[in-house]
Amino acid sequence: MSKWNMIVDVERCENCHNCTLALKDEHVDNRFEGYAAPQPLHGHEWISIERKVRGRGHMVDTAYLPKMCNHCDDAPCIKAAGDRSVYKRNDGVVIIDPVKAKGRKELVEACPYGAIWWNEEEQVPQIWIFDAHLLDQGWKQPRCAQACPTGALKAVNVSDDEMNALAAGEALEVLKPELGTRPRVYYKNLHRYSKCFIGGSVTHQRDSAKECCEGAEVVLVQNGEEVAREMTDDFGDFKFDKLAPDSGEYEVRITAVGGESASVRAVLGESLFLGEIELASGSQGGAGQ
Amino acid sequence: MKAVALEILLFTIPQALRAGAVVSSELRTLMKERDAVVQMQTRDEKIGRSYEFKNGKIKSRKGVRADADVRILFKDAATAVHLLTPPIDRGEAVHAAKNFAIIQVGPDHLVQWFHGMINALTRIGVEYGTPMPDGSRRFVHNGNGGPTFVYVKDGKILRITPIELDDKDAPSWTMTARGKEFTPERRVVPNPHALSLKSTLYSKDRILYPMKRVDFDPNGERNPQNRGKSGYERISWDEALDIVAGEIQRQKRKYGPGAIALYFGSHHQWGNVGYYLSALLRFGNLIGFTRIHPNPDSWEGWYWGATHHYGSSLRVGIPSFCSTVEDCLKEAEMIVFWSSDPESTYGYAAGFEGTQRRFWAKELGIEFVHIDPNLNPTAQLFGGRWVPIKPGTDSALAQAIMHVWITENLYDADYVEKRTTGFDEWRDYILGVSDGVAKTPEWQEEETGVPAHVARALARKWGNKKTYLSAGGFGAGLGGAARGANGSQWARNMVLMMAMQGLGKPGVNFGNLQLGTPVDHNFYFPGYADGGISGELVYTASAVNNYLRMPHVLSMNPVKQMIPRLKLAEAIIEGEASGYMWDGQSMEAQFTPFTYPTPGYSPIHMIYRYGSSTFGTIANSGRMIDAYRHESIDFVVNQSIWREGETEFADVILPACTSFERWDISEWGNSGGYIHHNTDQMNHRIVMLQNKCIEPLGESKSDYQIFFEILSRLNLGVVFSEACDELEWCRRTFDSSDLPRYVSWKDFAKKGYFVLPPVPEECRDPVAYRWFAEDRPKDLPEPIPLPSQFSEKFLHGLETQSGKIEFLPETLKRGDPDNEERPVLNRYTPAWEGAQTTELADKYPLLMLSTHSRYSFHTSNDGKDSTTNDIADHRVLIDGYYYWVVKVNADDAERRGIKHHSIIRIFNDRGSVLCAADVTSLMAPGAIKGYESAAVFDMIEHPVHGRIDRGGCLNLLTPKRHQVKNTSGMACNSCLVEIEPWTDLSAFASPRAAAE
Repeated sequence: MSKWNMIVDVERCENCHNCTLALKDEHVDNRFEGYAAPQPLHGHEWISIERKVRGRGHMVDTAYLPKMCNHCDDAPCIKAAGDRSVYKRNDGVVIIDPVKAKGRKELVEACPYGAIWWNEEEQVPQIWIFDAHLLDQGWKQPRCAQACPTGALKAVNVSDDEMNALAAGEALEVLKPELGTRPRVYYKNLHRYSKCFIGGSVTHQRDSAKECCEGAEVVLVQNGEEVAREMTDDFGDFKFDKLAPDSGEYEVRITAVGGESASVRAVLGESLFLGEIELASGSQGGAGQ
Repeated sequence: MKAVALEILLFTIPQALRAGAVVSSELRTLMKERDAVVQMQTRDEKIGRSYEFKNGKIKSRKGVRADADVRILFKDAATAVHLLTPPIDRGEAVHAAKNFAIIQVGPDHLVQWFHGMINALTRIGVEYGTPMPDGSRRFVHNGNGGPTFVYVKDGKILRITPIELDDKDAPSWTMTARGKEFTPERRVVPNPHALSLKSTLYSKDRILYPMKRVDFDPNGERNPQNRGKSGYERISWDEALDIVAGEIQRQKRKYGPGAIALYFGSHHQWGNVGYYLSALLRFGNLIGFTRIHPNPDSWEGWYWGATHHYGSSLRVGIPSFCSTVEDCLKEAEMIVFWSSDPESTYGYAAGFEGTQRRFWAKELGIEFVHIDPNLNPTAQLFGGRWVPIKPGTDSALAQAIMHVWITENLYDADYVEKRTTGFDEWRDYILGVSDGVAKTPEWQEEETGVPAHVARALARKWGNKKTYLSAGGFGAGLGGAARGANGSQWARNMVLMMAMQGLGKPGVNFGNLQLGTPVDHNFYFPGYADGGISGELVYTASAVNNYLRMPHVLSMNPVKQMIPRLKLAEAIIEGEASGYMWDGQSMEAQFTPFTYPTPGYSPIHMIYRYGSSTFGTIANSGRMIDAYRHESIDFVVNQSIWREGETEFADVILPACTSFERWDISEWGNSGGYIHHNTDQMNHRIVMLQNKCIEPLGESKSDYQIFFEILSRLNLGVVFSEACDELEWCRRTFDSSDLPRYVSWKDFAKKGYFVLPPVPEECRDPVAYRWFAEDRPKDLPEPIPLPSQFSEKFLHGLETQSGKIEFLPETLKRGDPDNEERPVLNRYTPAWEGAQTTELADKYPLLMLSTHSRYSFHTSNDGKDSTTNDIADHRVLIDGYYYWVVKVNADDAERRGIKHHSIIRIFNDRGSVLCAADVTSLMAPGAIKGYESAAVFDMIEHPVHGRIDRGGCLNLLTPKRHQVKNTSGMACNSCLVEIEPWTDLSAFASPRAAAE
């Protein structure tokens, strides 16, 4: 039995909003009997995109996280409904029945992901329905994936075993796995959103001018153990990514080809750009933040 | 013989109509629409037949009736037989009409109606659209955001989706680079704004019936001082059209030629028929108008600056990008994005076509660098070193990079010697030999904010790698630093840098993979700048192909008076203005000034406004408030789809419909004219029949129909329409193109689009400037420059006098030698509004960038209660109002107590705009950035702060000064402002009332 899943690649989302606009194009002002009442023109974001900006100075990056109904296999909303007003289809898609669920405002609170929206006019809770009405007409994907220019949203229709293998192979993650809701929306490169980096720019003196220090070896150490190691690029930059936020104190040890070195201590809360680290000849200590 | 043949032809016409009416509902409807007598005859009245239409029936009678409503006179029987024998040859008909061999006499609407029936006959059996399983019908549309499918059910648009190509569509090309094969996806992903069109189409801000300002009386008090203040009342179309037509006559009668000004924006709803360069110009030419001459708004620095070094004047100063995609992927090691954000500007109406190719570059390991005050969406998506820079100082960094190249021998000395002139003088300037100041990385550091060691590292990396330079969204041009005070200085430096690195050598060119795909460049389909149905041969590119291929009656504007668009307000208020030409025919054309008023013509007293975007789009746009209210302007008519911007500064408002509600035809992204071959932005060239998907909403009408009805009141209706409706013009456009060689009209109409096959790999066109780098005759399929512009032999060398890239341009030496703002030697000159203008900068310390918008196409899709408003990077909803977003550096915000997504006042001496602050590390310190073109203008007179807009029209704050002396170029990116939290929420309690 093949079922629907969504794979969101955080690294390929550029916040273009084709997905949210296509979704609204489909659902605002359109009623799909048995699937969904019309979405209000404003105020509902059945797919929402959250932005994360990491870093400071020139070492800044962003990640965009599209969020939507997870179509959980162990869905809290289905449990909360108690009757068949919220149900799971054989293809994995969760539907809030637009007629049976009328007046059930409390269902909004049932979703730990904040993915259920209350439609005041229609008096019905609403979710992104994976465009099940279109899938049932033979569409190969929902509107949001069809409109996504980069492949950041990909709908896959496979068996659960195949999906599990895919998730393991590509290191896919789900949101709030600790809740045990078993979402059908998977995320790739989620670290860009959820993890942190420590970075810096290394300079040194050459022929009485300051230069970017290329090819210096930078070692990230925590509790005396090496966590990671890389070389500075031709701008003297280094960046250790995928670190846990609030993960405590680190030491950054830098050694240039010419032997100059520095060591910087840093306490990681959110992503941290250490700024310029100027190596002095033969020096050991360096200024840190 | 001819007489007999004509008798037979005339006899068969009603037979054909009767037979046609059995199967064609269009024809049936038309036949029932009017009762009238149509007479066809030879001029000598010897042969004739009349057709009496009554209650949907036709009575045909031989001979000539004296009481005919419409009379169609042929010179003689031979002419008539020639013209009436099927298949009808439009070219012959136009030729006969132009030479008065056929004359049609009678009310325009009846002539149009009669021909409508004949046209309907030829449409029998043609089907439009594809039936879908859910009972809807799928049509095709094309727009500024690219092509889409449109599903229609019960007369209403159900959905608008991307186009997925099917197996019957032509195959895609494949290219191989560094051992990998790349083939584009077989789909069309449009721009975001194409996907919110349904919400703007059905917006509550649509104008659904004609309106008149309540205190405007065409026969009494006109109260011009109340424009933008007083309300409107609904009037009938007849009343509205009578007022407008009457006013056109009155202006001409009272003041003489020149009194009517036609004021239009740079864009319109996409198409070849309804476009402003098409139907509007035809309309304008038929009434005579003072032209409000546009400036090259997205390309300024390239047109006024860069062109002088290397030509390309017919392309507004931007280079050719021919076949650069394959060259870049095969050869380049790095792309430098300099003030370049193709993920926001999408090339030109090109959807996400370039995005996919930039991912290929990443996959191949081509490095990216981004020089910009903002870590823009392109930099965010693809990564690479961000070099934040203070706005308007880019030229200092450019010169410091060139300094490193010279001192460390990192440039192509051989190329410079053989393919350029004037380098020695340039080198002496860069090294400081001639002026005592070496343009070192240290020299630029304080000016630009870029550390010297970073500038040096960048220069070395660039000098050691084969590099593509993406200067502006297009790869060269389109927005960015070209739109500031020293925009031309910057664009000039970009060309000089490429000259030093060997422009045209493998892996060294302008571009960012946005243009230069291997599509068929020999296939002709008109782009919108090719003039459409205008018949305007001077201000469109019509004469090149369109006018020849689609015979139609030319039109001419006898009014030679022009007003430079950037000085329209001065022209009205001060009564005079002067400017410089945007005319790409030569590099020298731009040196010619023109002045208003022009001897012999009347100053303007009437404004025919088409669209409504001034406040959002034109520098220092607050000037237009007073201009609109000036006593010299008797009449303002605004033909618009939505109530927004300056619509409500009009006396009469005419409701136009969108392109979903009328027919048109076009190719994806083809602007024709001044951006020759820009369809190689696309992976597949696709031509669309833009279906009339639904009937016009309310009482709105197509622009074409409005023009026809106004002109019919001047007896010019059929002169305008050539007895064609819009669909007929679509078919004429189709016939004029190369498309009929590939597909029949019937098949094309049914599917709604056609994908052009790619050329075989061995026939792909050569790479731009390769011929030049290798000193060969030019081998690109482009008619640029003109034959006379080669100094030596045809196809040898560039458009410049020397045929080479000129570090010190001969054109400037001859045409503008003593202009200290545009010196022959492109020395660094700080912006006339910027960090170095200290008196102003002390008061207004932040530099404001207003760039092309990402989620709207200029004002299109902004406001209008559209779904675009809900995008947090576009507008933010605060206390029930959607505020325009401005990005503010986190430290700058903190210093001023500004919180994320709070309302701020952005201000300088020119005014105030309220926006929502996006507090972020994505902005360099000292700079703020918003988009340039809010559609919403919502102004009050505040007791303390004067005029405040909360619609987001940042151009209220930008300087009116032209970027350099002796040009007409905007400098909106040189704008000093201050920002502060805004708390006076009651100020906008009753916006319109407060303005009284």
